Amino acid sequence: MKTDVLTAPHSIEYTYTRSTGPMIGAFMTGLRDGKIIGVRGADGRVHVPAIDYDPVTSEDLSELVEVADTGVVTTWSWNDQPRSGQPLEHPFAWALVRWDGADTAMLVAVDCGDASTISTGAKVKARWADERTGTIHDLCCCELQS
Amino acid sequence: MRNFKRPVAIVASASFETPSEPSRNEVELLLPVIHDALGQVGLTQQDIGFTVSGSSDYLQGFPFAFVGALDAVGAWPPIRESHLEMDGAFALAEAVAVLQHGHVDTALVYAFARPSRGDLDRTLSIQLDPYSVAPLWPDARGLAGLQAQAMRDSGRFDSVPEVPPTHVADGCTAVVLAVGDRARELTKTPVWITGIDHRIEAPALGVRDLATSVSTRLAAESAGATDVDAAYLHVLYPHQELLLRDALGLNGQPVHSSAGPMMVGGLERIAAAAKAVAAGDARRAVAHATSGPCLQQNLVAVLDATAVLEGAAA
Repeated sequence: MKTDVLTAPHSIEYTYTRSTGPMIGAFMTGLRDGKIIGVRGADGRVHVPAIDYDPVTSEDLSELVEVADTGVVTTWSWNDQPRSGQPLEHPFAWALVRWDGADTAMLVAVDCGDASTISTGAKVKARWADERTGTIHDLCCCELQS
Repeated sequence: MRNFKRPVAIVASASFETPSEPSRNEVELLLPVIHDALGQVGLTQQDIGFTVSGSSDYLQGFPFAFVGALDAVGAWPPIRESHLEMDGAFALAEAVAVLQHGHVDTALVYAFARPSRGDLDRTLSIQLDPYSVAPLWPDARGLAGLQAQAMRDSGRFDSVPEVPPTHVADGCTAVVLAVGDRARELTKTPVWITGIDHRIEAPALGVRDLATSVSTRLAAESAGATDVDAAYLHVLYPHQELLLRDALGLNGQPVHSSAGPMMVGGLERIAAAAKAVAAGDARRAVAHATSGPCLQQNLVAVLDATAVLEGAAA
């Protein structure tokens, strides 16, 4: 007996609008302008993305610091089957990248062909979107620098 | 937390796990497991002073989905009840705290999930930073790979295993707790929770040293996880066991690692450790549960065949 399975679209989403606040907002505004903005933590380290509170002491943070759009890979993993919504449609590396001038790293996709080309310590440069709107998608991914 | 004013014991537990449950819903999965656990000590829901569960509405795909699962215990007449959007192990920690208040002597803790219906790697990305990480939809396995590579780069581990696909399973666990003499009435082999604590690390992956598990070490210190003769670890990917052995200071004891169903696996490890202690296979065991990406949050419980005597806290 043939059985038809009924299906219906059901998207999981967060249907609220929220303010990003002064620090994360500055980071997002920076992305729109093609800049990467961090914040100086209680111990002097520069956190990127900029965050509102120190992750160790919980102090309010306020000193914004612009860092470079070049940096180094601090760890990585290879994604050979990209899923819907991920930054690239072809295989890429997930990486934590510490931008030059920053002390912490953030998650980015690295468009580098195959897994043999990337390693911890590799130098990378941001690839920016042509039209930027103030979201994380303004930073498309990174490319390896020779 | 340890040396409780009111000693708490695990007096019964039951679990069920299957790779993919084809037809039964969450309530139908829970009913036989909860009745099994309560039946082991001759209790019904009316005898339970506090009921608490752990699950994730995101796995069921609609808000307040956990409320529906209450049909598995029956919420009439009204019961004292709580829910955590976390693994059931953290619900057990809440129950231990509630039992210290002195108003109730028994608690039922349960956890359930059916992640096989969705794409677990994708669903888990919703727990990440909503501004700069979740919009990239990073798969859980990809994030685990960042930790495995950080371990390789640290040079502190002889061999770090490759990261397999994320474990997907459906199932549930139920645990019955009782205090002091009530526990001794209910079973000849109460397993005492002599210490339990959980600690969390920064949400930003790039802030943490991924090649250590600071939160596990701190939770273990607080729970008094020393002099154990067996370990039951909640391990979602094999490399995590190496970090946990290190953080818990394990040194040759038998280690029983399992992932279990998402939101259930940690409570299931506590239940498995309690069964081993009750059966005499271990005298004093450490059980662990984790939550979040790359071992972000960790719970450690110490289970002992012997209670710390009431009033011995000082």
